Amino acid sequence: MPVIEVTNLHKRYGDLVAVDDVSFTVSAGEIFGVLGPNGAGKTTTVECLAGLRVPDGGGVSVLGLDPRRDATRLRQRLGVQLQESQLPDRLRVAEALELYASFYPEPADPARLIDELGLGDKRNTPYKKLSGGQKQRLSVALALVGNPEVAILDELTTGLDPQARRDTWGLIERIRDRGVTIVLVTHFMEEAERLCDRVAVIDSGRVVALDTPAGLVSRVAPTQRVRFRPSAPLDDQLLTDLPEVSEVTRTGSQVVVTGTGELLHAVTAVLARNQIVAADLRLEQSTLDDAFVELTGHRPAD
Amino acid sequence: MHAFGQILKIEARLYLRDLPTLLSTVGVPTLILVVLGLIPALRKPDPLFDGQSFVVYFAPSLLVITLAMAGLNALPTVLATYRERGVLRRLATTPASPAALLAAQLVITLSAILASAVLLVLVARLAFGVPLPRHPFGFAAAFVLGTAALLALGLLVAAVARTTRAAQALAVPLFLLTMFFGGVYLPRFLLPDFLVRVGDYTPPGVQALLDTWTGTAPQPLHLLTMAVVAVAAGSLAARLFRWE
Repeated sequence: MPVIEVTNLHKRYGDLVAVDDVSFTVSAGEIFGVLGPNGAGKTTTVECLAGLRVPDGGGVSVLGLDPRRDATRLRQRLGVQLQESQLPDRLRVAEALELYASFYPEPADPARLIDELGLGDKRNTPYKKLSGGQKQRLSVALALVGNPEVAILDELTTGLDPQARRDTWGLIERIRDRGVTIVLVTHFMEEAERLCDRVAVIDSGRVVALDTPAGLVSRVAPTQRVRFRPSAPLDDQLLTDLPEVSEVTRTGSQVVVTGTGELLHAVTAVLARNQIVAADLRLEQSTLDDAFVELTGHRPAD
Repeated sequence: MHAFGQILKIEARLYLRDLPTLLSTVGVPTLILVVLGLIPALRKPDPLFDGQSFVVYFAPSLLVITLAMAGLNALPTVLATYRERGVLRRLATTPASPAALLAAQLVITLSAILASAVLLVLVARLAFGVPLPRHPFGFAAAFVLGTAALLALGLLVAAVARTTRAAQALAVPLFLLTMFFGGVYLPRFLLPDFLVRVGDYTPPGVQALLDTWTGTAPQPLHLLTMAVVAVAAGSLAARLFRWE
């Protein structure tokens, strides 16, 4: 039985349709990504899962419970990390965790959680004095302190520096290894690619694709790009004559060859035959970024 | 209930860490009393104040400072900040209810008001010989109803203001009017009679506090007005309050 079941979810604010028609299921132990451009309806969808909003249509079930009707029971088993949700300035790290731990029947050990999240030396630091990354980790800790079976994490790493982001990813993987099912809302492709077992791409309130990250990438035309700087003048014709090559462009001294199949091999063979050395040679393949652009027509945020 | 106890404990700690608010709510009225009380002329009975000294006459206005600070300044600001920063929303995702946080804030505000009032009455009595309220039941009724009316107004501000800034924009004029009509800025004998009458019916109802402190029974209409304000503003606040 799936842990989360969303069927034809519909939610509007007045005339504005935030979520038009969203359906997906999440299995136990999965990291499920909800991906989409800003305003696509990601946050509204997870807010319905958390019982913070009442859907106008369709059904939502989490751990077999209705987030509104069985709110009390569900809240003991669900951890939620909300976007832009802060704490009082003067509240200290350990106090926050101990307070939230006291709400749950079988909480995690706050002191251990603090250490696990690398906040051990910030135990007595007031919230106001924490860095962005530390605040975010504390927020994740609060979502986990109740030992939830399901955790919803919304825009977990937005505003973090690259190192803090990678640290947080490691943390999410460790949480999953404990058997927690995770719903991760994000607009970072790299994050989805690294963490998620499956991804639902939402655009304008609808699921436009639902697959593994690799599956999504393979849907877009498998184009490749070879970039290099030739050691000697190079006639484009040599390359465009190759059946694998669809386009050759130049930016400064760099040549960019776009094509399919054994593109890299074909290009290097031609260069070798003409005694040209390719400096700074790089092969680029389609990424989730490309898939995202093709599916939604938007550029992902960077 | 367990969660409420924990929240109350933490919120009380946070309140005690906010020294400026704590001092202005609990300390300032008594401090002003001490400064005024040290001036001998103000301790002499004067026919202008129905044979009371100025210190006695002014003491209820000092209570108004506490009530206005706690009810119209601190309470709506804290609640609006908690909502704006998502503290209430976050609590709504846990087994604890944001209502517990609201209740904890009310308990803390009431405790601060009570502590301030007790301190003021005791210092007035011990240091300057101001008698304890001579109509204790009437004083208690006037104090409780006046407090309820002001807190209800504070909650109404917290209910309709979406942001901290908006809460302050609404609360500051109310705060200034309360202080003005409560005779804090200008002692009431300097105000035109009309404004004094208005002040009788402006929460927290400084005249009823003065009457009962000096031994007269409170006027029913004064108390009734406070009760009506408390119920009306309180139920409106309850209806309009949003957790996010």
